[in-house]
Amino acid sequence: MATKLPPVDALLVGFGWTGALLGQELSDAGLNVLALERGGWRDTTTDFATTFIQDELRYYYRHALFQEPARETLSFRNSRSETALPMRQLGSFLPGTGVGGAGIHWNGQNWRFLPSDFLARSHNTDRYGAAAIPQDMTIQDWGVTYDDLEPYFDKWEYLCGISGKAGNIKGQIQPGGNPFEGPRTREYPNPPMEMTYGPTLFAQAANDVGLKPFPAPSANMSRAYTNPLGVQLGPCTYCGFCEKFGCGNYSKASPQTTILPVLLRKKNFALKTECEVIKINLDSDRKRAVSVTYVDTQGEEYEQPADLIVLSAFVLHNVHLLLLSGIGTPYDPSTGAGTLGKNYAYQIVSSVDVFYDDKILNPFIGAGALGMVVDEFNGDNFDHSNLGFLGGGYIACWNTNGRPIETHLVPDGTPKWGAKWKRAVVRDYLRSMSVATHGAVMSHRGNYLDLDPTYRDFLGRPLMRMTFDYTDNEHRMSDFLTGKAEQIARAMKPREIRSNPRKGHYDITPYQTTHNTGGAIMGSNPRDSVLNRYLQHWDVSRSFCDGVVHFPAEPWLQSDRYCCRAGAVVRAGHQNAVPQESRPVGSGVRRSGRCHPVL
Amino acid sequence: MSSSALKLVLLASSCAFACFASPARCEQLSFGQVERGRYLAAAGDCEACHTAPGGKPFAGGRAIPTPFGTIYSANITPDRKTGIGTWSDDQFYGALHQGIAADGSYLYPAFPYPWYTKVTREDSDALHAFLSSLEPASKSLPPNDLVWPLNDRFVMRGWNELFFRAGTFKPDDQKSPEWNRGAYLVEGLGHCGACHTPTNVLGSAEKQSALRGGKLQDWYAPNLTADVRSGLGQWSIDEIVTFLKTGRNDRTVAYGPMSEVITFSTSKLNDDDLKAMATYLKDIPAATEDDKVAEPDPKAMAAGGALYVDNCSGCHQAEGQGVSAMFPRLQGSSAVQDRDPTTIIRLILNGAHAATTDARPTQVSMPAFDWKLSDQQIADLATYVRNAWGNSATQVAASQVGELRRSTPQELSGR
Repeated sequence: MATKLPPVDALLVGFGWTGALLGQELSDAGLNVLALERGGWRDTTTDFATTFIQDELRYYYRHALFQEPARETLSFRNSRSETALPMRQLGSFLPGTGVGGAGIHWNGQNWRFLPSDFLARSHNTDRYGAAAIPQDMTIQDWGVTYDDLEPYFDKWEYLCGISGKAGNIKGQIQPGGNPFEGPRTREYPNPPMEMTYGPTLFAQAANDVGLKPFPAPSANMSRAYTNPLGVQLGPCTYCGFCEKFGCGNYSKASPQTTILPVLLRKKNFALKTECEVIKINLDSDRKRAVSVTYVDTQGEEYEQPADLIVLSAFVLHNVHLLLLSGIGTPYDPSTGAGTLGKNYAYQIVSSVDVFYDDKILNPFIGAGALGMVVDEFNGDNFDHSNLGFLGGGYIACWNTNGRPIETHLVPDGTPKWGAKWKRAVVRDYLRSMSVATHGAVMSHRGNYLDLDPTYRDFLGRPLMRMTFDYTDNEHRMSDFLTGKAEQIARAMKPREIRSNPRKGHYDITPYQTTHNTGGAIMGSNPRDSVLNRYLQHWDVSRSFCDGVVHFPAEPWLQSDRYCCRAGAVVRAGHQNAVPQESRPVGSGVRRSGRCHPVL
Repeated sequence: MSSSALKLVLLASSCAFACFASPARCEQLSFGQVERGRYLAAAGDCEACHTAPGGKPFAGGRAIPTPFGTIYSANITPDRKTGIGTWSDDQFYGALHQGIAADGSYLYPAFPYPWYTKVTREDSDALHAFLSSLEPASKSLPPNDLVWPLNDRFVMRGWNELFFRAGTFKPDDQKSPEWNRGAYLVEGLGHCGACHTPTNVLGSAEKQSALRGGKLQDWYAPNLTADVRSGLGQWSIDEIVTFLKTGRNDRTVAYGPMSEVITFSTSKLNDDDLKAMATYLKDIPAATEDDKVAEPDPKAMAAGGALYVDNCSGCHQAEGQGVSAMFPRLQGSSAVQDRDPTTIIRLILNGAHAATTDARPTQVSMPAFDWKLSDQQIADLATYVRNAWGNSATQVAASQVGELRRSTPQELSGR
């Protein structure tokens, strides 16, 4: 029997970015807030100190900061005709665990959606006709617009101290920034990062082929910064240990470096770590979430009642918890009925490696989001007529991850090991770099999340099963992007290039990015979506779900900005359930969009 | 009964209600006096020493390490059995002013009565009023663990005769009211000299060296006189105020025992009082001319410089310029160039947490390097930092590092 605990006003399930943001908003509103985190406490000093955090073997290859598959994993298959098997080792994506979640080990690349992204179906229909959208591509409009979210994008960027150059301030195109971005209220809080040699060569070549490169907006600090909460971040040292690592210099925006120092001083906020929520409990008519059941490391069960329950865990865990709690109707791909688990999406990446003889690029001087980018082939920034696909992505040159075990680019034809491989690494390590593409994956009828019929986790609960593959749309789009990247790479006048296009089925084993999205999508009516535009569950009042669950392809960074908005809405109306949206804005949630390497 | 409820009772000026203080005192307590006492208690940093880790504030029981053994701080809540609930104003003043407890026994100077003796009777009464307004906490203390013969409190009588002179603060008519207010706080409740003044072998402050810097618990509390290199000579009054208010300024951050002082005491004082303290401190003449020291061994400097780039420059920056209010500036730093290198060695060995305040909530800490660097490496690194970028201070020897490595407790462990 679970021990029943005294109720709290608001309960957060999971304590990464969204948990921290909502904790800050809701406690500011005067609510008594409790956050439950399944992992342990982590802070910069004791867990990420510069004396030991730059340990590639421990933190990347031995996964010190990530979810342990022995505790929680998922089963995977490419299509419904296959039997899903459990992941025994993390691969394609790296969910975090512990305070700060995956917000600890992201790279810091920070993007806003394009205004057209929010109108995925209507915009494409208007421009290319309804027939341009394939039958099984289930893209929808979001139910919110860029303008709705702009104040929250802005709030997020100032909270995090994003380093960048604006491209569009209130409709005025700014030289040096991204001319395709939606209008922003003001300049970024910090100037762009200091560019290293590689990205400047890329930018010059991109210019030469008629594109407009700009410095990537980065959550790595280009200088010391104090955010609006009074929390301080230090200047980035360009050590290159961002993605898959915590930052020991307080230089990368994370919950720890932006919010927690203020939030944890509040008397009306409490955090419990090592507490895993296993179920959301509803009242007798199943219209209202009343409590959660969680289990601690001793195996003791507790029931924690709350007036307001917010799922703020990683996308896959939010969906899993809803499925396990029997909240909402699971999606059935054969009939298209149900919404929970529908429109899971990932993204598609490729690269072109560039090798010089005469240029020393020093790839070890890096930061997570240190690079130059072009946005010409992103979203609907270019004419898709007769291209045979929808969507797009960016092309960028990052000085990141030049770490000794992980990164040693060698040309085609080099052996995989032995003396010749070593000679090639010695010759090329300082003289090579990579041009990367990150492309959107459109939501597809056959890509979804549900409960596995066979495999169970350590608590005996069914694992989540992921069914996902790329479609022709993604391959055509990615090939298109790779071709453009090759064109820029050649304009960089290197000795040689090596193209790494994305071919075949989606493979979940090699690391790509941690941009899982969708599964509990938002929208303007309950037929097409799980959550309304305030991220409130359509079926269960006083229950919210945040994190990347509610949009298909763009990562959780965006969800955090959205979370600022959700927090504001909940603040305003916390005595009553948020009014349900009645205005028909579109046909539901967008299934897809661009995808950017946030991790 | 909560303290605010108690205040209401007291405001009603009624003794008919249950009252935790003695009946005679009830009549004297007033809201104004309690609030004044609350502020003075902050100025005296009472809570820090009189609170055990995780314990109730002011209920005592915190272990205070001294060169002569461990003393446990007293319960100063108004509990009648284990606290000071039965003490009269006179008895409380006797403790502050003369170092004698209500039962006539002698207090140890770990309770800083050699400084508190300057506190006025009026302020003593207000302090007592505030402490009486607290919720009584019943907490018995562990016995002190002191070397013979100091384990007998009576010995303190002799110590007092040798080293202690009771005396209330006397304003200096030649100085401004602000200076005098600062002197009253620094020399009295603030008891800055308890740490920042060298002590003799029997633990008595050397008055002739007031605020020149002192050693405690394996920290070196820096020189607060006007020495340009090792003291406050370069600090402006505003910089001192910002430091005391927020725990950080453009030069440095508070760490070690000072971190606690900032958190419990100076961050709660008003700006006028902080400015007064700074005005007084800035008027203390330099203790000595900073002597130019011999050039350090170039080999140690070369080795230390390389270690600095790898281990320190990420935070303290390439030229030791630091980051304002976050990572201390090492260039020109008084702590770094102190004649006694204890603090810098200890910081490198064990790391430290900087003070956090509402104004500066970010928890900034220096990691420990004890697991990573040898005694010689730490000595070279300290020597480099003490002599790079125009700094100048004596060379540090590996043996000094080894001694501290053995004696200091770890604040932050390496991995």
